[in-house]
Order: sequence, then C-alpha cells, then structure tokens
Amino acid sequence: MPPAAEGQRPKDQRVALFVTCLVDLFRPSVGFAAVKLIEQAGFAVEVPAAQTCCGQPAYNSGDRADAQAIARNTIAAFEGYDYIVAPSGSCGGMLHAHYPELLADDPHWAPRAQALAARTYELTQFLVEVAKVKIDAAFPSRVTYHDSCSSLREMNVKAQPRDLLRQVQGVQIAELAETEACCGFGGTFCVKFPDISNSMVERKTADIVASGADTLLAGDLGCLMNIAGKLKRQGSTVKVRHVAEVLAGMTDTAAIGEAE
Amino acid sequence: MLHPTSNAFSAESTKAIANPQLQEALSVLRVQSIPNRLKAASNLAEFEQLRDRARDLKNHILGHLDQYLLQFEAQVKASGGEVHWCSDAETARQTVLRLCREAGAKTVTKGKTMIGEEIGINDFLEQNGIEPVETDLGEYIIQLRKEIPSHIIGPALHVTKRQVEETFREHHTDLDAARSLEEPAALMAEARAKMRDRYFEADVGITGANFLIAETGSTVIVTNEGNGDLTQTLPKMHIAITSIEKVVPTLDDAMTLLRLLPRSATGQELSVYVTFSTGPRRQSGPNGPDPDGPKAFHVVLLDNGRSAYLGTPMQEMLRCIRCGACMDHCPVYHAVGGHAYGWVYPGPIGSILTPALLGVQNAEPLPNASTLCGRCESVCPVRIPIPKLLRHWREEEFSRAITPSTQRSGLGLWAWFAKRPSLYRLATRWAVRVLRWGAGSDGKFTSLPLAGGWTKHRDFPAPQGKTFHDQWRAKGRSIGGKA
Repeated sequence: MPPAAEGQRPKDQRVALFVTCLVDLFRPSVGFAAVKLIEQAGFAVEVPAAQTCCGQPAYNSGDRADAQAIARNTIAAFEGYDYIVAPSGSCGGMLHAHYPELLADDPHWAPRAQALAARTYELTQFLVEVAKVKIDAAFPSRVTYHDSCSSLREMNVKAQPRDLLRQVQGVQIAELAETEACCGFGGTFCVKFPDISNSMVERKTADIVASGADTLLAGDLGCLMNIAGKLKRQGSTVKVRHVAEVLAGMTDTAAIGEAE
Repeated sequence: MLHPTSNAFSAESTKAIANPQLQEALSVLRVQSIPNRLKAASNLAEFEQLRDRARDLKNHILGHLDQYLLQFEAQVKASGGEVHWCSDAETARQTVLRLCREAGAKTVTKGKTMIGEEIGINDFLEQNGIEPVETDLGEYIIQLRKEIPSHIIGPALHVTKRQVEETFREHHTDLDAARSLEEPAALMAEARAKMRDRYFEADVGITGANFLIAETGSTVIVTNEGNGDLTQTLPKMHIAITSIEKVVPTLDDAMTLLRLLPRSATGQELSVYVTFSTGPRRQSGPNGPDPDGPKAFHVVLLDNGRSAYLGTPMQEMLRCIRCGACMDHCPVYHAVGGHAYGWVYPGPIGSILTPALLGVQNAEPLPNASTLCGRCESVCPVRIPIPKLLRHWREEEFSRAITPSTQRSGLGLWAWFAKRPSLYRLATRWAVRVLRWGAGSDGKFTSLPLAGGWTKHRDFPAPQGKTFHDQWRAKGRSIGGKA
C-alpha cells in the first residue's frame, strides 16, 4: 500500500497512537491494524507509554477534577508528535473537542490542550485527510457501517471510512436505515439504564439484520462491543469488526464476541 | 402544581418500554417527524445560517432581557392591556384566578400553553370552581384522559388513534356507535363539534405565547387548528400566560424565529395560523371601534427561577423556542416517551430545564439518561449545546454528592489508576488475565459479576489476550515518552 504522494511523507513525521483503553484491554488487534495502516502510509508510529484512558468516563460522570488530571497526563504524554491518531471517534473526540473546554480556564494548560486538539485525528480521518492512503486489502463481504455519534458529530467522520472501504476488494456497502441513530452504548449509560440501552441496541441490530449485511463495521470499540454483544445474544450470524481490521487486511482473528 | 416524579425515571422508563401501545404511538417520530423536519430544513438554502442568526439573536436578547421586557410592558400598557410580573408559579396561579374572578368566569377556554402546565393552572382553576376547557385537539384528548402532555408540541403523542376513539366514545355519550371514527379528520370533527359551544360560553380565554414582541406589545401564537384564535378573540378577557425568555425586540426578529420554529417542530414551512394579539378591542381606531376582540388583555409573565440562570453557563437553555425537535430526534425519548421524565418538559431540553426549575436533587436521573449522542444539538434551531448542559448538571450532581455512592466509588477507583500509568498497566494486565481465564475459549460472557446491567440484555465480548501495551512492549516496538 504505497502512500498517495510518495516521497512527500518523510519518515520523520511522527505519529503517536492513542490506543484507547477498550482496544488495549479487549481488542489489541485493532491497535496493530491501526499501526500497520499508518506505517504503510509512510509514517513512523510510536505508542507513548504514559497513556491510560482519555478520561471520558470521569468527564461524562461529572467528575471534572479527575477528568482534568487525566487530560493533563495525556497532553504531557502526547506532546512533541506531529499527529495523534486514535482508532476511535469517541476517544479522539475527547482529545479534539473536549480537552480544550475542560482546561479552558487554566492558563498553563489551555494552549497545550488546544495544540493537542489540533493534531488529533480519528484513524479513518487521518488515513483520508492526512495520509491520503490507497488501501490494498480484500474482504469479500456485504458490510454495513455504524457511525458512532462522536465520530459523526465531534470529528465530522462519515465519508472517510466509506471512501476507504470502497477501495477494499470485494466489499459491498449496504447502508443502515438510520445511520444517525445512537446504538445505545453511551459509556456508563448502558449499565445505568440497561433497559433503555437495550431498546436502542435492539433497534440498531434490527436495522443491521434488515440491511442484509454479513458484517457490521464501525470505528469505535464501545459501539462494537455493545452491538456484537446484542447480536450474539440474539443468536445472529452477523460478524462484528472494527473497520481498521478490514482496511489493514487483518481479518484472520475471530470477530468480536466470537470463539476463536 | 404537578408533583414531579422525575426521580422515578428508571422504573417509569422500564414500564414505558414494556407498553406496546406507547411504543406504537412513538413510532411516528421516526416515520414522520424526523424525515419531515429534514425535508423542510433541506428545502431552505439558508437554514443553517438562520440557526446561527437565531442563536445570536437569542443571546443578545438574554443579555438585555430587562430592557426588552420593560419595553414590552410599556407597549402592552399603551395598547390598553396589562402585564403581571410573576416571580413564581403560585403568584402566577393567584393572578390568573383573580383575573378570572374579575371577569366572573365559570368556564375558561384554553389554547395550548406549556407555561400553563408548568404552573398547573388547570387543576388550580378546577379546585377554585372554574372549569378549564382545552381547545387544542391534543390537549383536549389528554384532558379527557386525565393525563399530562408527553411532548411539548404534540401533547397526546403517546396516544394511538384507536385509544383516542375509545376515549371519545367513553366521554361523548351521545356518539352514534355506528359512526366511524377511523380517520383522524373524523376525530377532529367530533372534537370540534363538542368544542364549538364552549367557545361561546367561556368568559375568559387563556393562551400561551410563542413570542412576545417588545416594539409592539404583541403576543404571538403559532397553531394549526385555529383554536387559539377563537380562544383569544371570543371571550371578554384574554389572558396570555408566558415566560420571560419569550420576548423578542422586533417584528422582524419574530420573523427570523418563525422561519425556524415550524420547520423544526413539524416540518412545515409555516404553521396554518400565526396570530398576533395587541391589546384589547379598541374603542376608537383608524376605522372606528374594533368590531371584535376581548375587552381585556392580560399578560401573565412568569419567571419561576429562570432569571437566576442569566449570566451563568446554563443561560443557553433559555434560548429554547420550544419546537420539540430535540425530543423528536432523541433515541432515549424514542424508547420511553415523555411521561417517564416525570414533569412538564420531557426529552433532552426537559432534562436540562427540569433540574433547573425544580432543583437537581429532584431530577437526579434526567441529566444522566442520555448517551450524549448529540443528535439533539445537531437539530436545535437555536443551537443549544444540550450535551454540554447535561454534563453541567452531572458535574453539579457529582460535586454535591447527589450521584449515587456506588457510582462515585467505582469511578474513583478507576480514576485513581487512570492517573497512574504504571499501576494502570499492572491493573489492566491482571484484569485481562482474569477475564480471559473466566471466558475460556468462548469469546464472550453471558453473565459477569458487577456487569449485570450489561449482561441482562447482551453478551459481553471477552478480551483477545494480552493487552495491547504488553504485546507492543514484548515486540520491542518503539515506546515514546517518559513512562
């Protein structure tokens, strides 16, 4: 997979991968797929060791002080890179859209938060807008794509994953009836309000089944675990994967929630 | 005043989800409301710019609210009407009652007013021997059913057509059993026939107001049935009950908002009626005395805690023009409908207004009952940052320890590790080992301790193996930074 404009992307452009806590814990293959894609585009990838979680659980639970502390750690860990890339619109959105707000009143950290925000990308957004990659992968499958709410509304990611998927040999895209509707994950929402969350994800899985797709892809592991968990509980045969796995040609691992 | 039950949101929402008639009624949102608004918005090239303009206009107004309200009052007086400043619901109720008694009222007709709901005017008038008659079809239906509105522009949204027919047959005892009420138009005609006489009997007509115009002292109502016009012109007294944030400086400004309101609310370019009321019937005008109109015109202007939010981060909620688009597009509202929210204003804007007007301790679940998906903000005609304001209430709950203690301690433990990368690495390594051991080769859990909320309805995908960071380190790959 040669970069689009070869020679113009020096190896000295350093990309830091924000792994995200869910990828770190549950699906490291997504992180390795992301690394492969970014490296194939000609960038050097590093994984800052001082990263943990973006702090969104604290931020969305009203625990502003902890969210600020985690944000400061993350900013310090990711300074000095040309780009920060996350295989998640939600975590990317936290860095890009919320860190500046969270630290706006702190004269020392506000400019650093803004600088980080300006260099933070969701993976497919980075691949299309910065790396301008050509994808070289095959995945003979009818897929449907779930837009995570943060990708859609905090990162303006909608066309990018589809543009990339159209380059994958054998992929057919069947759109969902309601691409703008939330899957019901919502972080701690799904355990605080299990019945409402279930009602939302049932609607989503019904749309997925109706699309006739054999694989559901998305760019956020939170949504993916929620949707996969529901599809498995319903006994569905639809496979669930992170879009990075398909784009990197790394689909030999078991799909989410499947036995190996 | 309506007793709030917002703290029972979880239990009420579970009941709502299990109610098939409610679920059937709510499907209209996805089938009609969303596509209709999208079509109306797409057909107006400058729609997005209008939203910016409306936001800026409302911000300007809220920054000069005292000035515009005083101007409005002066203009109402000049046209022969009166403004009654009411700091709370009780003052507003007593004011309306006093005015009704002055008019010797036995019955009052009512147009749709959410402020009327906020102050619980119907129950209060009934307790004082005055019969309120709702004339908006939706309000009329729920008045018969002794319910409260479940949607701010479609009060009977939770009722199916079949249920309306049942309600009419129960209450309109003269209804011919053979007569078909299958079509909505037939239901409408039946309600209208019943209401007609009531308009003439009423001594007072109570309406709300979508806008108050400072330069003219006019109240504006936006309706589709024409009931509001009859309510405010036929009786001898018109009382508009409204709230302070409804004022706009000029007629032009009202037009800006009128281009957004029906498109956002119902997907209409313009509602069937937009009616401006300026003072009572004039004794002498350019063409002699007015032939019709009320003899007295009163504006009951409610604050009820709103002004306390001026100049605070929550001020943005006061931009709301009550179109209902946020609830139409809310996946939580789609699942549970309006009544589960437990007070007057449901949906996303309700989850902001209810804690503001009742106190956050009386509405603890509401700001949390959202995935913060942001679809509401994406359609709000005045660009209220709803997720941000919900998060503000969550912060208030957390800092005042209203958040349940189990959540606080779980979050505290997690945050303690998340702030310490090397310990976090150890903790995640062990968490993954335990989960892998528990899952065996199955790839998922069907039940999991401490995750009952998850596994009640779905399986929990098991981790693949070692954490990403452990694998990365084991491969000897480049580690940045100062771990």
